[in-house]
Amino acid sequence: MTFRAAVITFPGSNCDRDMAVALEQISGAPAIRVWHGDAELPERLDLIALPGGFSYGDYLRSGAMAATSPIMRAVIAAASRGVPVLGVCNGFQVLTEARLLPGALLRNAGQRFICRSVALTVENTDSLFTSAYVRGEQIRIPVAHHDGNYFADAETLDRLEGEGRVAFRYAEPCNGSARNIAGVLSANGRVLGMMPHPERAIEPAAVSALGGSDGRRLFESVFAALASA
Amino acid sequence: MQVRVLVRLKPGVLDPQGRAVNHALEGLGFAGVEDVRIGRLIELDVADGTDHAALTAMCEKLLANTVIEDFTIEGLGEPEGTR
Repeated sequence: MTFRAAVITFPGSNCDRDMAVALEQISGAPAIRVWHGDAELPERLDLIALPGGFSYGDYLRSGAMAATSPIMRAVIAAASRGVPVLGVCNGFQVLTEARLLPGALLRNAGQRFICRSVALTVENTDSLFTSAYVRGEQIRIPVAHHDGNYFADAETLDRLEGEGRVAFRYAEPCNGSARNIAGVLSANGRVLGMMPHPERAIEPAAVSALGGSDGRRLFESVFAALASA
Repeated sequence: MQVRVLVRLKPGVLDPQGRAVNHALEGLGFAGVEDVRIGRLIELDVADGTDHAALTAMCEKLLANTVIEDFTIEGLGEPEGTR
């Protein structure tokens, strides 16, 4: 069975190619590239990926303009049918602005753009995206963002934690995120938004400029779920 | 018809930008600034008769993110919420 993943490109996306490369390396099938102005997604998708970048120049709020684009109506409809959606960095911001995930991403508490590899704790290993990890293990994934400070009210945070919807946590405070949350899942576990970039951590340290391949297992989890479905 | 929408972070939501500006004011020697919060002013030119409900919908759907921001609509010529 061929893995069918779509990578959405918005004006200002800049990690779309990296995402497509990662998906192809892990699945062996080229990712389908989709433009923000398209009104429809390709059929029978196994995954929709919203990449990092600065869609629409971060006008109004990061991700706000992209959330209103024609393709996002199709993404929201697909997500409601259970098609898995992965949003990384700006993609996570788009998912919160589109209300596919709760909360919002505020300016980093320290005001600075943060670009480095960080340690994450894997909190949930039951999801489509995280089944290849070991619960509680620490992994290293790069971050590169200015607006990654996850915010939600206390009630929402309690609900997310109670329902096991915190996928990843920063092992140490990174950007001011509430409860060090780095990635959250939707109620059905099929939408994941995260600030760190797993697509930048898919090659062995020896050949990776950023070091490490801890992001691979995220894509392998999705691929394995499809293969066993 | 000119309408102004003021969008501001909700009380309790950290505003690092405002904090940095507060520090900068202190650095310039201005005393007594207790807090700075930075919001956004959006000016809209809308068709006469655009009702409050339509403007509220614009705010809730796009102009503000109600998870983190409050908004007020000004310049309608009558008190907010009367239509």
